[in-house]
Parts: sequence; C-alpha cells; structure tokens
Amino acid sequence: MEHTAVLPAEAHETTTGLNHRKVLMWAFLGSDCMLFGSLIGTYLVYRGRYLAGPKPTDVFDIPYTSVSALALLMSSLAMVLALAAIQRGDIRRLKIWLLCVAGLGLVFIGGQVYEFTSFGEEGLNLAVSTFGTTFFVLTGFHGTHVTFGIVWLLMIWIMAKRGQMTQARSLDVEIAGLYWHFVDIVWIIIFTVVYLIPV
Amino acid sequence: MATLTAPVAERGLLARPIEPTGVWSWLTTVDAKRIGILYGVTAFIFFLIGGTEALVMRTQLAVPDSRLVGPGIFNAMFTMHGTTMIFLVVMPLSVAFFNYIVPLQIGARDVAFPRLNAFSYWVFLSGAVLMHLSFVIGQVPDTGWFSYANLTERAYSPSAGVDFWVVGLQVLGIASLAGAFNFLVTIINLRAPGLSLMRMPLFTWTTFITSILMVLAFPVITVALVELMFDRLFGTNFFNTAQGADPILWQHLFWVFGHPEVYILILPAMGVVSDVLPVFSRKPLFGYPFMVYAVASIAFLSFTVWAHHMFTTGLGPIATSFFTASTMLIAVPTGIKVFNWISTVYGGSISLKTPALFALGFIAMFTIGGLSGVMHASPPVDTQHQDTYFVVAHFHYVLFGGSIFGLFSGIYFWFPKITGRMLDEKIGTLHFWLMLIGFNLTFGPMHFLGVDGMPRRIFTYPAEMGWGTWNLVATIGAYIIGLSILVFIVNVFKSLRSGDRAGADPWDGRTLEWTTSSPPPHYNFAEIPVVHARDDFWVQKYPDLAGGHGGEIIASAPVAVAAAVGHDEHVYVHLPDPSYWPLITASGIFVAGFGLLFFMLLLPVGLFVVLFGTVGWSTEPVNG
Ligand code: HEM
Ligand SMILES: [Cu+2]
Repeated sequence: MEHTAVLPAEAHETTTGLNHRKVLMWAFLGSDCMLFGSLIGTYLVYRGRYLAGPKPTDVFDIPYTSVSALALLMSSLAMVLALAAIQRGDIRRLKIWLLCVAGLGLVFIGGQVYEFTSFGEEGLNLAVSTFGTTFFVLTGFHGTHVTFGIVWLLMIWIMAKRGQMTQARSLDVEIAGLYWHFVDIVWIIIFTVVYLIPV
Repeated sequence: MATLTAPVAERGLLARPIEPTGVWSWLTTVDAKRIGILYGVTAFIFFLIGGTEALVMRTQLAVPDSRLVGPGIFNAMFTMHGTTMIFLVVMPLSVAFFNYIVPLQIGARDVAFPRLNAFSYWVFLSGAVLMHLSFVIGQVPDTGWFSYANLTERAYSPSAGVDFWVVGLQVLGIASLAGAFNFLVTIINLRAPGLSLMRMPLFTWTTFITSILMVLAFPVITVALVELMFDRLFGTNFFNTAQGADPILWQHLFWVFGHPEVYILILPAMGVVSDVLPVFSRKPLFGYPFMVYAVASIAFLSFTVWAHHMFTTGLGPIATSFFTASTMLIAVPTGIKVFNWISTVYGGSISLKTPALFALGFIAMFTIGGLSGVMHASPPVDTQHQDTYFVVAHFHYVLFGGSIFGLFSGIYFWFPKITGRMLDEKIGTLHFWLMLIGFNLTFGPMHFLGVDGMPRRIFTYPAEMGWGTWNLVATIGAYIIGLSILVFIVNVFKSLRSGDRAGADPWDGRTLEWTTSSPPPHYNFAEIPVVHARDDFWVQKYPDLAGGHGGEIIASAPVAVAAAVGHDEHVYVHLPDPSYWPLITASGIFVAGFGLLFFMLLLPVGLFVVLFGTVGWSTEPVNG
C-alpha cells in the first residue's frame, strides 16, 4: 500500500518503536496464513476423491517442479542479499540482487505457466474433477501472490534506478522481503502437500 | 539517515485536494472522525432497510395461511435481512465508533493509515451497493445468510441472486480487512505516552481484539466465497456432488469464519457497555484485568467452537464431544463478564441516564441469549433446536438484545462528543422502554414457538399448528420496535436542531475522549496527553477518590479540559491532507465487481483502475 513514500509520521516515535508498515505487513501475513490454510485444507479434504480426469500421478513431473521450486527458494537468498546491500548503502548491488529475485521469481512463474499448459493438454482443467479444481485454484492463488511480489520488487528496482532508493529507505526493501519470504515458505508447504506426499 | 524527515520531493499524479468543506471534502477526507460519521450514517440507513425487510417478514407471519408475499419474496427478505444486519449494520456501526472514539481514547491525532481508512469506507459502500443492485434487476439473493452449499450451485439457484451475494460479500471482506489492519496497527503503535495495554479503556481493548478476529476470520470466508464464485462462474467442482465434492466443506469454512464473526459482532458492544457502566455508576470497572483476559480468551476460543453449528450433520462422537466441551467452555469467560458488569454497578451511585439504561438492558438481554446458547451447546438438545425458532430467539437475544442495545448505549453516550449536543433524556428513555418491550414481545415468544417445533425460514404455517397467537404477538412487538426507532430519529433531529450544548465532559467521564472539546478539533488534541493511570481523566479530576466511587455529583469538572480546548486558532498541527486515491482505488474495486456481475469486460477495466490507484497512492507525496 504505502510502501514507496516515507511518511513524516514515521519520523515520530511509535508506541512500540516498530514501524507502522512493518506491523501492518506482519498482520497481513497472519491473515494470509489463514487464506492459504483454508485453500490447503480444501485440497486435503478432496485428496484422492476424484471421479474423472487425470490423476496426480498421471500429470506430475516431480523433478521438473523441484527445479522451479529450487529457483524460488534461491530467490529468497537473493532477497536477503538485496536487503543487506541497501542496509549498507550499496545501491548498485541492491539493483543487481533485486533483478535476481525478480528473475528467479519469473523462472518460477514461467515454470508454472508451462506446467499448467501441459497439464491442460493431458486433460486436466478447472472443471474436469475435484483434483483439477483444487489443484489449479490453490497453485493459481500462490502464483498470483508470486506475480504480485515480482511487480512490487520491480517497482522498487525502478525507483532505485531513478536514484530514489537510499539507505534510509531500506525498510521498503525489508517489508517487501518479508512478503517474499512468506510466499516462498508457503510454496514449500504446497509443494510438499500437493506433489511430494503420495495420495 | 538524515533524509528520513525530509519531505518527499516528488510530485504525485494528482495534486492533493484542498477544499475544507463541501462534497469533495467528504469524498476525499482521510480524517478518522469524518470517516466514522460516514460509517455511522451509512450503517443507520441500512438499519432502516434491514428493519423494513424484517417488518415484511413479520407482517407475512402475523397470521396463519397468509398469502401476503409468496415464498420467493420471503426467502429474499430473510436472506437480505440477515446479511444486511450483520455486515451492513452491526459491523459498520461498530467500525464507526472504532474510527471516531478509539483515536480519542488512546490520545492519538489520527489512525496509523489515514488513507487506508478512507479506502476501507469506500470499499464497504461499494460492496453494500453491489449487493443491493440485485433489487434493481429483481434477482435478489435468497439462500439465507449462510447460503449453504450445494443449494447455491448454479444448477439449484439459477438466478443471479447468489452472484450478487458472493461478489458483494467479497468486496465487503476487503473493506473489513483493510479496517482491521488499520486499527490493529493504530492500537499497537499510536497510544499516548503512558497508555500501557493494561491502562487502555475497554472499548479500545475490544476494538483491538475484534480487529485480530477480523484479520484471522475474513480470509477464511474469502476462500469459501471464491470457491463458490468459481463454481458458479467457471464451472469448478468445489461443491459439485456429481464430481464427488462434499457440500459440508462449505459449512466448515463458513463457520470457521462464522463463529468468530459473532464475536466480531458482540465484542465492540461489550466494550461500549464496559466503558458506559463505570461512568454512570461512578466506580471503576470491576475486575478490569479479568475483563481483559475474558475478552482475549473468548477471541481465542471462538476459533475452536465452529462445529456447534453443525451437530446435526453427523460429525461423529469424538468431534461432537470436543465441540460441545469447547462451546460450554466459552460460556465461562462470558459469564465472568456478566458478573463483572453487575459488580461494577453494584454499590455505585447509579444515574439512570439513557446510555446506562441501554447498557443495563444489554446485560439482561445478553444473559438470556447466552443461556439459550449454552442450551444448544448440548448436541441432543441442539438436534431439537436446530432450524427452529428457538435458534432465532437465541441469536436475536445476543445480536439485538446484545449488540444493538450495546451500540445504542454507545450512540447515546458519544453522540454529545460527536455533535456537541445532548440527545433528549425524556425521548431517549421512551425510546429505550419501547425498544425493550417491543424486543421482548417479538423474540421472547419465539422460544416457545421453537420448542413447539416451528421451523425457521418458512413463509407461512397452517392454522392447526396453533402457532398463530405467539406469531401475532411477535409481529406486534416488531412494530413497537419500529416505532421506537422512529422515536430515536425524532430525538436525533431535535437534538441537532436545538439540543442542549454538551460541553467537553457532559457525563463526568473517565477516559481521554472527554478531555477534548465536543466535537473535537480536527487534530483531536492540541497536545498529546500523557497518561499516568487507568481512567486517567477521572483520577486527575478526583485524585482523592480515584479508587472508590464519587459520593456526590460534582458539577461538570474541568481541570484538564481547559488546557485542551479553546484556543484552536493558535494551534498548528500538520495532519495528513485529503487524498483522491482511496476513492479512486475503491471505485476500481466497484467496477471490477460490477463487471463480474453484469459485463465481464469491465473486470479488467476495474482491475486496471485499482492498479492505477495503487501506483498513484504510493507515489503521492505524503503531506505535500
Ligand atoms: C454463551 C455464549 C454462546 C453460546 C454457548 C452459543 C452457542 C450457539 C450454538 C450452539 C448455536 C447453534 C444453534 C443451531 O444452529 O442449532 C448458536 C447459533 C447462533 N449464535 Fe450463538 N452462542 C453464544 C453466543 C452468541 C453470541 C454472542 C452471538 C452474536 C452476537 C451469537 C450468535 C449466534 C447466531 C447468529 C447463531 C445462528 C446462526 C444461524 O443459524 O443463522 N451467539 N449459538
Ligand atoms: Cu457459534
């Protein structure tokens, strides 16, 4: 929301000493836990209960998805380095690492798009079975989160290019980072629940 | 680090609006007090709409075999009545007080995110309007406020009614979440120096806990609504039994949200009552820490009881036992509160002004509703109660007897603060007694009807069932409630025209909102107060009796007031300027929702406006 401008209010002390926007992000992540919890819950309720269409074992290509999962996990490392860079005041490296994060995120999203298309060719879609329904909606929600994160990081990158990101605004990167790491962790859970644990 | 305080140099996409009055000033306001008034007035209009729907139902049910409205209209009425009262009346009325009162109670000048606050109101209004557009095209939601699957699937509810319900509620959910985040951060981070958590007024506490409940409960209903929407619009199978789906999933998701939601509805009213009773008993709240722990533990427990709405679905003995136990457990903190309120009043020098009347009415009515709640915590008993008028009686005693009475107590209590004028005591007392009598005539007999087996949600009943008498009584009661609301409206208009001037502290109050003028200046406090005690203002006024209750009423006491009021002109406090972006972003959400309902092509247009609004918003020079 208010992630690119420094509020004058932030110059004043807050009761807890924590920044407003940081507390907001933590609250949002708590809320998002419940969102993914409900979606994953739905997936688990319908595990193995499908009457038509391809089964998970027919379509999943675990090595392929593991690679794109790895890309997403590596992006978290780059995110840590991006934050460290701006905290040191090293804007050049900030820009590099931000591009790395966004790039690895794009690799993940590209992988997802490819996966969705190839599953579609094998006859799996939203309407064909409860598996198709729950799989696409759960992973689609996650993919939307990743896409949103990429746009956000690229916005910060643009601002950095324009010289608007300074060491003083490292909080902007920190908050985006919180979001990014959260989305990664959610993928670890989804990957385990959906792909790895056999039905 | 030095740049931190420097004003942001960049120019925004649109200049900040500057008009201090007029329509644009309201459309672009980011002042929590104005937003509170917008919320309150909107909620009251929907209260009248929802009340009219209730009267249609009661008129239809007044006599057996009535054919005044058919079953179709009746279904639409109870669906929109329930949905309206919960999401468009009790919640926004509570939020109105969050906005107006909480910043005052914590000694803040505004909320943590003023523009997010404005956004929350406009999104709320969008959701409410979207849902009511269903009346325009004559396809009104008609599947009940909990819209059980799979009745709601396209195959069984082919009209667009359910679509309006689904889209409207999703939009309302965004508004609730935005508001909840804001108040959570505000209370964590904007308390005046010295205002530690255990010194906060109870209304601030319940706002805090309610916000946590909203943050955690609303995503769950969002997922349920998205699933239903996908089923209806994109042919998914979440609730399609032909593909092996289980419609009970909807009930689980709905009630995981739904039970915390009932506490979202009642906790703010409990906070109001906990602040009102000490003022009119001239005694501190009895057992303050226990009250706080009770509110917090209720919030926690409210996530563990949802399946008590689902006993009759056959959960199996273990789950049934668990949910019975947890439901009975939640009655314990609830009981603690009732005893604390009674002990607060006990031995006080009580003055029966209207806020106190409504607060006492709240205690009595809520206790009755709580007792029937514990009754259907027992599965064998609930099997008899489920879907009968007994449950209707229960939730009206807690929601109307509880939330609405509590919120009216708040209206009478804080109206002078908000408008600077007193409501008339005589008319107020008349309002109270009419409403209390009307309420009990309407909902008391429903206990008997329910035990006698009258199902809820039927549009008529045969004379041989013998339910005619009590139904007629209930209908008469409903019209008395209607009359009492008219009396209230008269009172408001009379007060706005010629009510007595309130002064800063008309009730001899205890908390910070009474230290500033009525209505408060734009910036709330010329100087941020420093808090030294619970009920700080009271302690300042009466250092000698801080612990006990005041014997005689001392005519309006004034120590700290004078400092804060009076020299508005000399104070310069820079507050956030108004902004177009919340309205623009919210209108994007409206267009997107409208697109989903009428014309898919508008969906991307709406989303684009949201994106545009977000960019404009985040690049707007703050206070530029
Ligand atoms: C002592 C505390 C309470 C207990 C033990 C309790 C218990 C219950 C139970 C077991 C039911 C399910 C009845 C059935 O459908 O067969 C129920 C329904 C309901 N309760 Fe409560 N309740 C309590 C307080 C409240 C409060 C404070 C509110 C709201 C302010 C509330 C609102 C409702 C509503 C709206 C329903 C009906 C939902 C529907 O079917 O449409 N309850 N309650
Ligand atoms: Cu419940």
